[in-house]
Amino acid sequence: MASNALGRVYADGETIVTQGEAGDCMFTLQEGRLEVLVTLPGRPPKRVAVMEKGAIFGEMAIFEREVRSATVRALGEARVLTIDKKNFLRRIQEDPTLAFTLVKMMSQRIRHLTLGVGERRVGPQGPRTDGPERRRL
Amino acid sequence: MTAPSSFLGPLARLRGRAARRDGSLALQDGSRVGVIGGGPAGSFFTIFLLAMADSLGLDLRVDIFEPRFFTHRGPAGCNHCGGIVSESLVQMLAAEGINLPPSVVQQGIDSYILHTDVGDVRIQSPRDEKRIAAVYRGNGPRESEPVEVAGFDRHLLDLSASQGARVVRKMAQSVEWIDGRPRVTCPDGSATDFDLLVVATGVNSQAMNLFSDAAHRFAAPATQRTFICEFRLGADVVRATFGTSMHVFLLDIPRLGFAAIVPKGEFVTLCLLGDDLDETLVENFLRSAEVQRCFPGGTIPPLACHCYPRINVEAATRPFGDRIVWIGDSGVARLYKDGIGSAYRTAKAAAKTAVFSGVSTEDFRRHFWPACRALDVDNMIARVVFGVTHLIQHSSVLRRGVVRMTAREQAQAGSDGQMSSVLWDTFTGSAPYRDILKRTMRPQFPVMLAWNVIAGSLPFGGASRRGRNHGE
Repeated sequence: MASNALGRVYADGETIVTQGEAGDCMFTLQEGRLEVLVTLPGRPPKRVAVMEKGAIFGEMAIFEREVRSATVRALGEARVLTIDKKNFLRRIQEDPTLAFTLVKMMSQRIRHLTLGVGERRVGPQGPRTDGPERRRL
Repeated sequence: MTAPSSFLGPLARLRGRAARRDGSLALQDGSRVGVIGGGPAGSFFTIFLLAMADSLGLDLRVDIFEPRFFTHRGPAGCNHCGGIVSESLVQMLAAEGINLPPSVVQQGIDSYILHTDVGDVRIQSPRDEKRIAAVYRGNGPRESEPVEVAGFDRHLLDLSASQGARVVRKMAQSVEWIDGRPRVTCPDGSATDFDLLVVATGVNSQAMNLFSDAAHRFAAPATQRTFICEFRLGADVVRATFGTSMHVFLLDIPRLGFAAIVPKGEFVTLCLLGDDLDETLVENFLRSAEVQRCFPGGTIPPLACHCYPRINVEAATRPFGDRIVWIGDSGVARLYKDGIGSAYRTAKAAAKTAVFSGVSTEDFRRHFWPACRALDVDNMIARVVFGVTHLIQHSSVLRRGVVRMTAREQAQAGSDGQMSSVLWDTFTGSAPYRDILKRTMRPQFPVMLAWNVIAGSLPFGGASRRGRNHGE
């Protein structure tokens, strides 16, 4: 990683965001790769996604006062830039189009999740009904 | 220049690809947009215009007139600027999906060091992260190694071209109005008519003279002379001496306003602001002990490159008209700080207006001008902020109090850092001047400052040790 570059460098395995903690910023991945881990009660953390350069994450903290929904860790060295909630929201008041990139990205994520859910529900045996086991997911 | 007869009257004969819609001029499929100047303002405008048009399914053709390739070292490829992308702009661009690669960023800045005659103090970035970019606008100073520097302006211009804009490597020699539409003619005689003309030339370009025609009711912005120079020290020395900090100076030197030294690879850039800035002021600044001790061995090296560019210090009069708009330094800019951020704001406001509203005088007045006006109003507040800074600059008692208060805040992890945040935002241009002034009006701020002024005046109550090497 170039020492002159913007953002902060995280070592392999270092945590950027921890599930359950409060957040006051979002992030953009400038260089490297990150993994997204979700921990469900009584289960080990499960990797649900890998993010590549250019990804924006942690944006839920910008729009709602909920805790972080997942843990994000560096996969190898990664360089991440932080975007402050306060400054960002202030700029959105002046320039609502600033939110458009985020809305577009969130829309793509919903589409991706919808496809994922669809693939799980429609297996080789055709549509399946939710049993108790599936509802727990 | 031909008088824009049809531009003046309401009976303009509109032909071709733009039409009136509800009393305003609107861009349509196939409309042509000309941008004079391929610096940050011109590129930002193009990037946002094409992105917004694309979201509406609107097909626009954009020509950017920029004779420079930004690949020449020294003045031929330079835009004569300190080359700082502010903390807030770095974040906003990242949120827009525009990231600055390491090849463009000469040095990420994570702190400021305030140098005064009563001590130095380091102000760390609120998140302890490099979020300010020191960049070259061109291809580096005249004496830089013959390697290609990825200049900031070229990076943005390439981004504009990748989105479909055509970069015309010619100068705009004249602008005339034909049937109410601007026609740009180049030195080779080629001429193009546009549905919208965007002027993003900056204030140091002869192109500003193309619009001296009183019929536009446009009057160029007031400007002030600055001084920018480069010192070549070598990358290792720069790293060891200046580190990842921007060095700012609060010195009691007559006529000196603001001074900063910015590390950039093997060079450091010095930016000076002041009244009637001349060689005497530059020499007085460079001769001061506080500046000399920043350099290895206390010796100021010879200048590798220097210039006296002008900056916008007062908004242009009516920087818009039917089918024409002035953005960036050509129109309105933030006082003394964040010129590239001003280019971003005004460019985006103009692009939004052109795509979503129209390109008539009234459209720009209603949708573009408020963004400019907000900058202009904030600049009035800025004059108060800089007035206070000026007082501190000329009072050793106040300087000692400010340095002491800041040093104590920086030493206390988790403190709210009232003075630190005020200085940080004043130096970085990261927050509106209005917010900075508001923070100084909270009751605890003057109380704490008064206490530190008193304590700083007592024996052994001073600030940090002088002559400290902050590059470690």
